[in-house]
Formats: sequence, C-alpha cells, structure tokens
Amino acid sequence: MSLQAWTYLIVGVTFALYIGIAWSARVKDTKGFYVAGGGVPPLANGMATAADWMSAASFISMAGMISFMGYAGCMYLMGWTGGYVLLALLLAPYLRKFGKFTVPDFVGDRYYSSAARVVALICAIFVSLTYVAGQMRGVGIVFSRFLEVDVNTGVVIGMVLVFFYAGIGGMKGITWTQVAQYCVLITAFLVPAIAISAKLTGNFLPQIGFGSTLVDGPNAGKYLLDTLNQIGTDLGFAEYTAAFSGPGSKPMIDVFAITMCLMVGTAGLPHVIIRFYTVPTVRAARISAFYALIFIAILYTTAPALGAFARYTLTNVLSNASYATAPSWFKNWEKTGLLAWMDKNNDGVITYRAGAPFKGKPIFSGETGPAGQRLLKNEATDNANELYIDNDIMVLATPEISQLPPWVIALVAAGGLAAALSTAAGLLLVISSAISHDLYYRIINREASEQKRLAIGRVMMGIAVLVAGYFGINPPGFVAQVVAFAFGLASSSFFPIIVLGIFWKRATKEGAICGMIAGITFTMVYIIQTKFMGVAPWFMNISPEGIGTVGMLLNFAVTVGVSLVTAAPPAAVQDMVESVRIPRGAGAAVDH
Amino acid sequence: MEKSMQRYWKSNLTYMTILLAIWALVSYVFGILLVNELNAFHLGGFPLGFWFAQQGSIYVFVVLILAYFLLMDRLDKKFDVHE
Repeated sequence: MSLQAWTYLIVGVTFALYIGIAWSARVKDTKGFYVAGGGVPPLANGMATAADWMSAASFISMAGMISFMGYAGCMYLMGWTGGYVLLALLLAPYLRKFGKFTVPDFVGDRYYSSAARVVALICAIFVSLTYVAGQMRGVGIVFSRFLEVDVNTGVVIGMVLVFFYAGIGGMKGITWTQVAQYCVLITAFLVPAIAISAKLTGNFLPQIGFGSTLVDGPNAGKYLLDTLNQIGTDLGFAEYTAAFSGPGSKPMIDVFAITMCLMVGTAGLPHVIIRFYTVPTVRAARISAFYALIFIAILYTTAPALGAFARYTLTNVLSNASYATAPSWFKNWEKTGLLAWMDKNNDGVITYRAGAPFKGKPIFSGETGPAGQRLLKNEATDNANELYIDNDIMVLATPEISQLPPWVIALVAAGGLAAALSTAAGLLLVISSAISHDLYYRIINREASEQKRLAIGRVMMGIAVLVAGYFGINPPGFVAQVVAFAFGLASSSFFPIIVLGIFWKRATKEGAICGMIAGITFTMVYIIQTKFMGVAPWFMNISPEGIGTVGMLLNFAVTVGVSLVTAAPPAAVQDMVESVRIPRGAGAAVDH
Repeated sequence: MEKSMQRYWKSNLTYMTILLAIWALVSYVFGILLVNELNAFHLGGFPLGFWFAQQGSIYVFVVLILAYFLLMDRLDKKFDVHE
C-alpha cells in the first residue's frame, strides 16, 4: 500500500472513532456540557488532560526546536511539565473543592465582584484564542503535507470535525475523545522514536538510547551526545549539551525566565484548570494531576531523545551531500517550503553550517536551478550555510529520513492531527463557556432556562470555531511563537490571583483587578514592542517568551500592595476561602 | 478556624514548602544555575547537568506529585476531613 493510501486509512479510522465516541457521549444539560457531569474517573481525566495539554506545538514543533537548540531546549521540557507540580500542589485540589464551572467563576466569587469576573473572562478568551489559532494551523500543515490538500482546506476540515464533536458532546464528548486522541498521539510519537533509537543505538528505550553509544557509521562506539557535540563544533554550531555558550545561545537569566513563564503559564491556562472540575472529589483531583503528568512525561522525556536522533541523522544525510543524489524526501519537503537549499557557491553540494542561509522564510521564484532545486527570491546572507530547515520538519520527516515503513509515517500524521484537535476542542470549550456561562448567564440573564443556556453554549462554540479557523487560515505567526504569547498572558493574569485567592484571605477585589490588569498589560506591551515593533528586549535582556515571569511578579506585587490598603474581603468570602482548604464536602460542581 | 483545622492547614503548608523546594532544586538549581558545574560529572553518555535539564527533573516532578497525593491522603484521614 502506498503512503497516501495508508494515511487516508489511518486518519479516516481515527476520525471515525472520534465521531463515534462524541455521538455516544452527547449531552442534554449544562453540567454535562461544561464539566462532563463531574463524574470523570481520575485515570481518564489524566489521559484527557494530557491530550488537552499536548498541542500541535508539543507534537510537531517541540522535538525539532530542541534539536536545533540543544541544551536550551530544556526550557520547554521543564517548563511544560514543571507547571503540573504547581497545579497539583497549589491549585487543583482547591479549585475542585470550590466546585464551579469555569475559571472566571472562581475569580468572580472569590473576589466578590462582577468587574473581576469580566476581567478574568476577557483574559480567558484572549489566552485561549491565541492558543487555538496555532492548533488550527497545525491541522492545516498536517493535511497539506500528508493528505495533499491545500492548507486552508485542511483547516476547514478540522473546524467541521471539532465543531461536530465539541458541539454535541460538550465537555463530556471532548473528554472521551481526548482519551482516544491521547492513545493515538502517544503511539504515533513513540513508534518512530523507538524504531530510530533501536536503529541508531541498539537500545529500544529512547530515554536510554539518548545517552548510549552509536552502533554503526563512522562514529560507531562513541556516545551519541559526544558525537553531536563534535559535529556541532565542526560545522560551527554551539556544542549540543553546552549551556549558555556558543553562537546563538541564550543567557542564563533568559533560560530561567522562560522556564518559569512556561511553568506558571501552564498552571494558569484555563483549559487545563477546568479539567480538574470534571472529577468527582478533591482526592481524585490530586491523583489525576499525577496521572496527567505521567502521561505527559512519556512524550516529554522521549522528545529530547528524538530531537537528538533527528539532528544526528539529518546532519549525516544532508551535510556535504550532492543535491542531485539527495533522497527523494528532500524534494517532497522542499515542495512544502519547510526545507530549502540555496546553492551559494554553485557547486551542487549542500553545505550545512551555522546561521540562516538567507533572510526570512523561503520565497520560491517558481523556477528551478541547474541541479533541479527550487530557486529562491530571498536575499542571501554572507555566511556559508546553504540549507534552510524548518523546526516542524523534525518530527514530521524523521520517519521518512530514517526510512521507516509508510504506515509509521501515516501514523505520525494521525498523531499530529490528534494533538492539534484535542487541544483545540478544550480551548474552544473555554471560549464558549466564558461567553455563554460567565457573561450571558452569570452577568446578563440569571433567569435563563437550562435549554436556552445549552443552546447558547453550542452557538458560541460555533462562533469560536469560525474565529479560530479564520486565524488558522491567516496565521499571526508560526505555531510555537503564538503559543509562547498565550503562556506569557496566562502566567501574568490568572496564576497570581488564584494562588493568593486560596492562600491569602486578605486579598481583595481591588487588589485582584489591579493586579490582573497590571500583569497582563505589562506583558502584552512588552511582547508587542519586542516581537512586532522591533524594540530590543529592554528588561534585563529577557526575551518576549519569558517576560510573563516579570508580569507575574508584577501582578503579585500589585495585588498584595493594593489589597493591604483596601478594606478586607467580607466575612462570607473569608469563610469560603477556609472551606476550599478542606477536602470534605466537595459535591459535584454546581452552576449557581 | 478551629485549632485542629489550623494544625491541618499548617501540615499541608509544610508539605507544600518541602516539595516545592525540591521542585526548584532539580529544575532551577541543577538544571539551570549549576548546569555547567554538574556537566563535569557523567551519567552514562549524559553530562549530569544536561540530564537533569532534559530528563531527570521531569522524573522528579512526577514523583513529587505522587508524594503530595500520598501525604495528603494520610493527613486528610488523620484530621478526619477526607471525603
């Protein structure tokens, strides 16, 4: 069977599975729609949280980013897992005991204020929309490469599918499809990683193979990581395992800030937090955080190994190879613009060195050169590098580069789609619930009937899908960059005021509102200045991806400062804070 | 707040503080601040600091969450606040 046929088969089967699950989990009330009826078993919730969490960026881009960054890739690895420790210890059990539907619900009730609720819901919508755009784009990229449809058509197919199962099943449908999507995505990630690890190092566990010796080739018997360091030095890159030194590496303070921002952002992302509203008890919330992190850690400890394997294989195959004899996958990926070659010295040989080969992303002129390569219109840089490699190619192309069978490559396509769709669905639910529950029911119409609220929830889901699709077709940046934006905003808005709300009874509504506004405004202005207006990072050289850490500290400081000079919260609120600290009596989530 | 509830909350805060200290130690101290110093040591083919940054810290995070679950499960029963 051809690759194309395998891809249609595997993607088709998984899509049918998601639709089947969603249909059997369709819901009739708001409790099912927003929190899956509150009866999700902890193990299933852990799996759903993991799928919810691991986005197109985790699946498609992360291993590739690590393979180009070497050591500094640790900021994604620690950042996107360490946040679960904060979540499990500081937030999940208490929010579960509090037992409402959404994050703005907690903020509104704890800070006894509709204004705080509105600020929180705007933050929730903003964070989720930024994040969901990246997912839709991820769906489009996978479709365009593997199913040979246009990126925009791919986005539309993804939209229809997500709307179908998130709209009819709400949180309940999303939860159970996410369980299935986790199984698909983890298999798709592990199969090629294990195969490549066995091939390169003779060790089936990528986590061990990563630190083992190579079995053949010119470097047989040498440790993989030592070999990568050597290759790096030879070609003018930084050493793979070296920290804070070599060309293009980040300073320690920046690695620190970005790691912190991603951790805190993880704990503050509404689509992750609401997953803990779906379990029956506080105890179940604590243990499901553990299951979630185990399921996440399986991918996150494999990704850096895969990154290293891919870097080694790619450099070996392409460096100093002649274009005319380059393997067929090179030309396939050249078509997608994720690979490009500019023969600066006209010798027909691919020279791979440090630095960008030309300015910006590839723009092809439509003509072909003497070796048959696609010619570029970009302005060449003055270094010797001739090869452009997009981060995203590492996971998507490595099975092909390593000559794995077509069904493995097809499985990777299905895995990428599962990762993107599961995260998109969770985010869309947050957007839908922020408007239909927090804004419409809690603020505008307290008398709305159950039927009406459910209908509005579904309509909002449809609108959110359309908006997300629009951003997927007209993307504001590449997948991981957009996601980094969402983390900065989540860490500087929600995390401080939720933690203070639980651990400090004296935190007041004035404090929380000022804190959220100060944190998110500072972070947003800094990101816009440095990313879009060309201003150099002016605060301690911290890059825009890490500035959420400063925004978070600012939010903490402002909330505490303003709380101390304003009147203490009413007694009822202080009693509520005491009650969330005690597990007993956590009934199912309620909507009033 | 009742006396016993104050003691319950204090134990909870102690557990949290200890576990978060370990969390910061393996990630920020071993994985970032002292990474170059630890890289002088090796774990198989891994420089030790690099291993903490890309593998070890994640394993520790998983163990920390499990430890908190077990500790709190026992504490809840001791103070009779379990569900």
